[in-house]
Amino acid sequence: MISVWDYVISFLVGGIICFLGQILVIRTKITTARILVLFMVIGMVLEVFNVYAPFREFGKAGATVPIIGFGASLARGAIMATKEYGIIGIFTGGLTAASGGIAMAIFASFIFALIFSSKSKRGGH
Amino acid sequence: MDKQKRNENYNIYVESKVPKTKAWPSLFKAFLVGGIICAIGQGFFDLYSYLFPNLAESEVTTCMLMSIIFITCLLTGFGIYDVIGAWGGAGSVIPITGFSNSISSPAIEFKKEGIIYGICVKMFTIAGPVIVCGVVGSIVCGFVALFI
Amino acid sequence: MQTIKMKNNTYLLDGYSIVGPLEGKGPLKDYFDYILKDDTLKEKTFEKAERKLLENIVTGAIDKAGLKTSDIDFFFGGDLLNQIVSSSYTARELEIPFIGLYSACATMAESIGLAALFVDNGLAENALAATCTHFSSAERQYRFPLELGNQRAPTTQWTITGGGASVVSCLKSKVKIVAVTFGKVLDFGIMDVNNMGAAMAPAACDTIREHIKNMGRKTSDYDFIATGDLGKLGCEILFDLLEQDKIILGKNYQDCGCMMYNKTQRTFMGGSGAGCSASVFNGYILSKLKKGEFKRVLLVSTGALMSTTTNQQGDTIPSIAHAVEFEYVGAQNENNLAAAQKPKNENFSKNSLKNSKNATKNAKNRAKTKKGEKK
Repeated sequence: MISVWDYVISFLVGGIICFLGQILVIRTKITTARILVLFMVIGMVLEVFNVYAPFREFGKAGATVPIIGFGASLARGAIMATKEYGIIGIFTGGLTAASGGIAMAIFASFIFALIFSSKSKRGGH
Repeated sequence: MDKQKRNENYNIYVESKVPKTKAWPSLFKAFLVGGIICAIGQGFFDLYSYLFPNLAESEVTTCMLMSIIFITCLLTGFGIYDVIGAWGGAGSVIPITGFSNSISSPAIEFKKEGIIYGICVKMFTIAGPVIVCGVVGSIVCGFVALFI
Repeated sequence: MQTIKMKNNTYLLDGYSIVGPLEGKGPLKDYFDYILKDDTLKEKTFEKAERKLLENIVTGAIDKAGLKTSDIDFFFGGDLLNQIVSSSYTARELEIPFIGLYSACATMAESIGLAALFVDNGLAENALAATCTHFSSAERQYRFPLELGNQRAPTTQWTITGGGASVVSCLKSKVKIVAVTFGKVLDFGIMDVNNMGAAMAPAACDTIREHIKNMGRKTSDYDFIATGDLGKLGCEILFDLLEQDKIILGKNYQDCGCMMYNKTQRTFMGGSGAGCSASVFNGYILSKLKKGEFKRVLLVSTGALMSTTTNQQGDTIPSIAHAVEFEYVGAQNENNLAAAQKPKNENFSKNSLKNSKNATKNAKNRAKTKKGEKK
């Protein structure tokens, strides 16, 4: 099942998305929060126009790991749930689809915040 | 006004003075870091597909994302992820790991203000907009789906 | 007039500086009085650490000047944290009458200037001017959490960990405070908080121009002109701005922020923060002044007066610069001391003689113990 090609394509697709993001960072001095929001919205738009599914098929983890995949899964969840359950699905679908990631991020952050403290920095990079 | 013109001229002058850094090294670093993170994601994907063959592809993807989110929080706690971030730039922000880091870093930073007002309140100072826009956007998508 | 000349003799008795581990690896490491090994100072939070740092600086300066805490009439100080907590909490520990100041990174020159004016006008015998900054506490207040993996813009500066204190006194010493210029708040419409140097350069330019005009001097009359924390880019802009006014800065000009770090320390445009000019002045410049290697020095601390709120609301960055001029009067004082030692002049400044003697003794002892530590 495991093929080297999957890894190569994940690396390339993920890399190119980050490459585009870095162009944006250099050109516009965009902050972390804005990059995240922008790429998530791009993912949603791709999903709405049915472009994301073939892209994911092609890009493997290179398409799902970037925050684009997070946005797409939010949008897909809302669309699927709306089709299945009607109006209630509009509100429940998105977060249900993305719940795993958000819950893990909050839980892990909470636990590690109790354990670790921030450290002083020794110069930039 | 005179002052406004002076300020405009000064801004143009400063813009021309700002040293131009070479873009290629940072673009390459972003490509490399982003690519490696995605390849690691693919590794987890294959691992979980092998371990749990009964799961659907979307569930395996969720497991994979949760794993790298967990690892990122751990690396943030050890003070390693900000080094990766400073080196890789957008390469460490755009993958879901960047989202995870933006939640865990304020949580760790502000724990000194207490669990409720520190960790819980400040946890979303950076990632808050992502969740808000995500939820609002998904609802908009739902409405779109309703009418199409 | 913006520039106030000291009427009587006002001296800088002594100064004391402490810097953090990163700054302690920079090119000025031999000039600082103490270099921290651990920048948390064994405190639980970085805010508490900054407080402790300032406390150590203040007590260090009083000690080095050969005075007691009760000899200090007023404590002028400020820092970068909201509500200048570090200085206020330090003043709480010391129980010296406290005058809290805020001009961001220009606080050092402002506090020395005010202390000098108090002493000059006979309102105080000894006054203390102190300020400090801590990288980690400034970072979490002004920017992002420390552990966030983001890249810094190439025009950013590195808030230093460290600070300095000066004891201004009517007692004679080798360094005399000649004049003070308090700056105007200027705003040239810079919005980018990652480019403070560009925002502060016009203020520095204005203050330097006013000061040398009012004093009737040229830039070449100074052995050393130091700006606070303009950074590399800010310096270049300052050169250009002053050139428009036909004032040429020569090799005697340097920026404290640029002097703080080595090129290899990856701190972008250089150091910044209130502690930057404080530690470089009380460490490097003052030691050169005391030796007489610099005869006349102009310290121009620069500060950007914005807050995170105004910045988010789209306001531009106003900035300020204060200047203080110092003069080496060592030789002249030695003559005075010699005269004072003659039995005939018994009444002549007995106290001041005692004190300055004590001070030099203390400084010598300190130097000795330091050398011993190093060995």
